[in-house]
Amino acid sequence: MSQPSISKSMTIGESGLAVVFAVTAFLCVIASAKALDAPFAFHAALSAAASLAAVFVIINRYLDRPAALPPQEINGRPNYNMGPIKFSSFMAVFWGIAGFLVGLIIASQLAWPALNFDLPWTSFGRLRPLHTSAVIFAFGGNVLIATSFYVVQKSCRARLAGELAPWFVVVGYNFFILIAGTGYLLGVTQSKEYAEPEWYADLWLTIVWVVYLLVFLATVIKRKEPHIFVANWFYLAFIVTIAVLHLGNNPALPVSVFGSKSYVAWGGIQDAMFQWWYGHNAVGFFLTAGFLAIMYYFIPKRAERPIYSYRLSIIHFWALIFLYIWAGPHHLHYTALPDWTQTLGMTFSIMLWMPSWGGMINGLMTLSGAWDKLRTDPVLRMLVVSVAFYGMSTFEGPMMSIKVVNSLSHYTDWTIGHVHSGALGWVGFVSFGALYCLVPWAWNRKELYSLKLVNWHFWIATLGIVLYISAMWVSGILQGLMWRAYTSLGFLEYSFIETVEAMHPFYIIRAAGGALFLIGALIMAYNLWMTVRVGEAEVQMPVALQPAE
Amino acid sequence: MKAILTLDNLASGLVTTIWTPVFVAIFLAIIAYAFWPRNKAAFDEAAHLPLREE
Repeated sequence: MSQPSISKSMTIGESGLAVVFAVTAFLCVIASAKALDAPFAFHAALSAAASLAAVFVIINRYLDRPAALPPQEINGRPNYNMGPIKFSSFMAVFWGIAGFLVGLIIASQLAWPALNFDLPWTSFGRLRPLHTSAVIFAFGGNVLIATSFYVVQKSCRARLAGELAPWFVVVGYNFFILIAGTGYLLGVTQSKEYAEPEWYADLWLTIVWVVYLLVFLATVIKRKEPHIFVANWFYLAFIVTIAVLHLGNNPALPVSVFGSKSYVAWGGIQDAMFQWWYGHNAVGFFLTAGFLAIMYYFIPKRAERPIYSYRLSIIHFWALIFLYIWAGPHHLHYTALPDWTQTLGMTFSIMLWMPSWGGMINGLMTLSGAWDKLRTDPVLRMLVVSVAFYGMSTFEGPMMSIKVVNSLSHYTDWTIGHVHSGALGWVGFVSFGALYCLVPWAWNRKELYSLKLVNWHFWIATLGIVLYISAMWVSGILQGLMWRAYTSLGFLEYSFIETVEAMHPFYIIRAAGGALFLIGALIMAYNLWMTVRVGEAEVQMPVALQPAE
Repeated sequence: MKAILTLDNLASGLVTTIWTPVFVAIFLAIIAYAFWPRNKAAFDEAAHLPLREE
């Protein structure tokens, strides 16, 4: 072969990844052929197809690109990499709507059980993890990846590290979601809440997550800004801790390398403790630390005000890190877990009040001098209301971790209500607010398509949340009280089915709340779509100097 | 049950207990760092970081 005069050659990453994916495709075909169960065969075939597609895309991308890799800077300004951010933002909206829809379906199933259709794939037991994983990991995860890749570049004033690596992270992560989600529908689960994916999906996620950490760290390391902004600390804590939790909770021995079933290494109460150490810190570091990073960047940016107290943000960060990791045992009150461990979990949960509220105050007070913007800017209002919900649910959480309160609330709908005030109000709203900011920035649009539609989204979704959480509070407390009611002769006053019957009206109200939340998200999807399609481009620099994307 | 005081117990007890004062000390050091008067200017500047880019 003759060498062309301009030396264009594959990078080590390009050639290496192409080879790795080619080998993976080959191995997956073998695994598919030798599979012991149908879901595993399906997943292996899907992985083989995805690996082949990856080889094709990598080579095609190489053939299409100029000889030189994209420059780190153009005219002294960082050449920010927006491609993976756009992809993740798009996927976040897609999975968000899918996840809210499945949530609405299972809420309706609880009100009208016939909606199970008596099919295994649509049974509550399979759809429920599909809902939780879709909203937490697929929607929330993509929001976190998209915003973290944006914030780390902007606040470090450096282009995202790597060329293929960020793409590997965003596409690889969404492929993990696909494997996990289709697995639930086909009955593949290791039956650990929020950690349902089986061993092969876990292994894949481990690889993707390590690359995510490396991309993030490498970007921080090559930063032009001497100070590491506090949002990056929160993102880093989120990425590192999720890696540790994932590895700690999921060590498992597959029955066969050609089958989906595995057995977790931990047994008995150790397994329960590992599970809730994982489970609660998924709340603490995925749903809290990661989204607090969004708060610390997007609220100042949108309000055009500095962070109220940077000192408080440092203490907020370290107090969360030191305390959260101990709170897990409050999920196991009155179980076989040793009493002292339960009390320890409760104590640390109560102590979490302080950093949580410190952080909330810091977020809210950032609006000092800009409160009037709440009236005119529905995006900022969404962000601020999310912080208020954060304060509310981090007040309720420690209260519910107190053993006597827990004896009433545990296993009832109160827990579901609590989780959703955090998930819909805090995580949902802060994510929507961030997406409303991020989409115009990443696609270089002057502004959103319509602020009026944001306003509609805000009010419809808020109404939905209020219906949801108030229905679950009443239903949960009613349920708890009925469970513990005794007759004068010492018998239980109500049979279980009577408590279920009593909750029926609240389940209908809850489903209505969920429907409103979904409608709000659909309005957002339309608004963001139109922003990208017809939005006016922001002119910051001469067209010739626009970064190639 | 009364714990028997042996050198082994003492050593393992020390190793498992020492973390409490160590973490408390680290946390107090972080608070001191955050409130150290000389760091104030740098933190005030950092609070403006999202507003400063480009």
